[in-house]
Amino acid sequence: MKVQKGTWVRIHRIVLSPEERAENLPEDTARVPLESWTKGFLVEGSETGEAASILTLTGRSVSGTLVQVNPAYDHGFGEEYIPELLYIGRDLRILLGEESHGEG
Amino acid sequence: MVKDDSYRAVMDRRNEIMKRAIGMDYSSFEISPLSFDYEALMSSTGYSLEDCIRIQSDAGVGKTPLLELKNLTSVARLIAGGRKGARIFIKDEASNPSGSFKDRRAAISVHHAKKLGYSGVVAATSGNYGAAAASQAAMKNLKCIVLQECFDSRGIGQPEILEKQRKCEALGAEVIQLSVGPELFHTFLLTLEETGYFNASLYSSFGIAGIETLGYEIAEETRRRFGRYPEAVVVTHAGGGNLTGTARGLIKAGAAETKVIGASVDLTGLHMASDTDFNRKSFTTGHTGFGVPFATYPDRSDVPRSAARPLRYMDRYVTVRQGEVFYMTEALAQLEGLERGPAGNTSLAAAFALSLEMDKDEIIVVQETEYTGAGKHHLSQLSFARRNGIEISVGDPRTEVPGRSIVLPSSPGLIRPVEMDIMKLRKSLAGNLLSMRDIRTAGHEDIRFLMEETRLGRNEVIGILDGFGIIHP
Repeated sequence: MKVQKGTWVRIHRIVLSPEERAENLPEDTARVPLESWTKGFLVEGSETGEAASILTLTGRSVSGTLVQVNPAYDHGFGEEYIPELLYIGRDLRILLGEESHGEG
Repeated sequence: MVKDDSYRAVMDRRNEIMKRAIGMDYSSFEISPLSFDYEALMSSTGYSLEDCIRIQSDAGVGKTPLLELKNLTSVARLIAGGRKGARIFIKDEASNPSGSFKDRRAAISVHHAKKLGYSGVVAATSGNYGAAAASQAAMKNLKCIVLQECFDSRGIGQPEILEKQRKCEALGAEVIQLSVGPELFHTFLLTLEETGYFNASLYSSFGIAGIETLGYEIAEETRRRFGRYPEAVVVTHAGGGNLTGTARGLIKAGAAETKVIGASVDLTGLHMASDTDFNRKSFTTGHTGFGVPFATYPDRSDVPRSAARPLRYMDRYVTVRQGEVFYMTEALAQLEGLERGPAGNTSLAAAFALSLEMDKDEIIVVQETEYTGAGKHHLSQLSFARRNGIEISVGDPRTEVPGRSIVLPSSPGLIRPVEMDIMKLRKSLAGNLLSMRDIRTAGHEDIRFLMEETRLGRNEVIGILDGFGIIHP
């Protein structure tokens, strides 16, 4: 799908390929490239997965691959509740209750 | 000629980039290949403690409440029995504009950047400091770019860091997100070079001077309210700035006897530059992966000489486990009505246990809280950990294995910080300073410098010099 010039997008680019990376990296990190993601306004119409240039909020020009249009925030409070937390407040209140009985 | 942006070429021109980006020539503080004048570096800001208080006050930073945690103190006393169980206080730094003590650092750096005429600031941080720099820059009409180490090679991001990205953007900053690796520094240097912005480093003298007000406020308030200084202040320790600045502020207020205790989350066994370990840790800061290397060699930071030198001020250093910090985070919300952290509660977990060793009439202060919310919450972190195959259970936290399990203590009495061998750290610092700077001979000023850096005695320092085969007077 064509993305219009001026749209707020997120682009991805490879900053350093594995062979360009620093020395002394752990083996798992050395194997993969250093990647970067930046948001900005699309300079010319493009498509997701295609090359794109953006102007960032500070006015920098950055090029990469268009990966997201109107990128949203999707982090939350976790995808499942952790019931192990429930006992903490309850147990501590019981403990404090014993204290007031003891001193009363 | 085309500019060479390769890793090596950019690192080779780091000194000239830095000089322009921080408006300070660090060579003027150098005394010898080993030594530099730390106090001259600290006073080079040109801002006194009073100036810092005024600058922060103008920006809505500081004068945060010092709250007594009465219920947690009661729990501690029930466990301790007898006359033990010090009063636990917490400095509610979450009430700063961007939600953490980092506003104190950013306030001074951004004020200075504005004064020197820079049009923007750059900060390399996945933590609260990004939001602080963004917030202060917004107030002063400066631009702000924040660089974050955020994703592993699968593109999966730490929820806590994702939230900090959102917060930085909400406060008007541009965020550059990177995958795992120390070469973030390479992109940081390129960004400084491209924009000509100020390096709002966490480790500059501005960044540290800004925290002195925190220690100062604690000492002043306890003296005013209770007629005494706290016996102990516990500081979550990562890069060393928080501890250094707080301790200096305590000393400036006259509380030189107050014990300064560093606390970090134990992440032993996890490699900080490892792509696969990245999402196996539930804390992105305040852990031993920063705490130990920055204590034993502070100059690994983004300035030539770090103003954060924690071993000059640290009296004790303890580690706590991830499960213990999550437990205290939940307890702080449930018993004290304060939903904060979790990262800032590392020192709370330590302080709770340390209060058991202290008398009832003594005071122990946890010197910060931080804001919480989606992503940056113990529930988010625990849920993310479980999804990444980390085993979560309730039991004895001593059985926790970083990167494999998180054990929430089944009772508060099981929270037991582990004492680090601080003498070993001091000796390691001396050794690192000598080897990293390739020292072959040392003069009187170097012996003095090593004694100040490590707080080791003259004979111990000379013993280390001899051990390295270094010629000395």
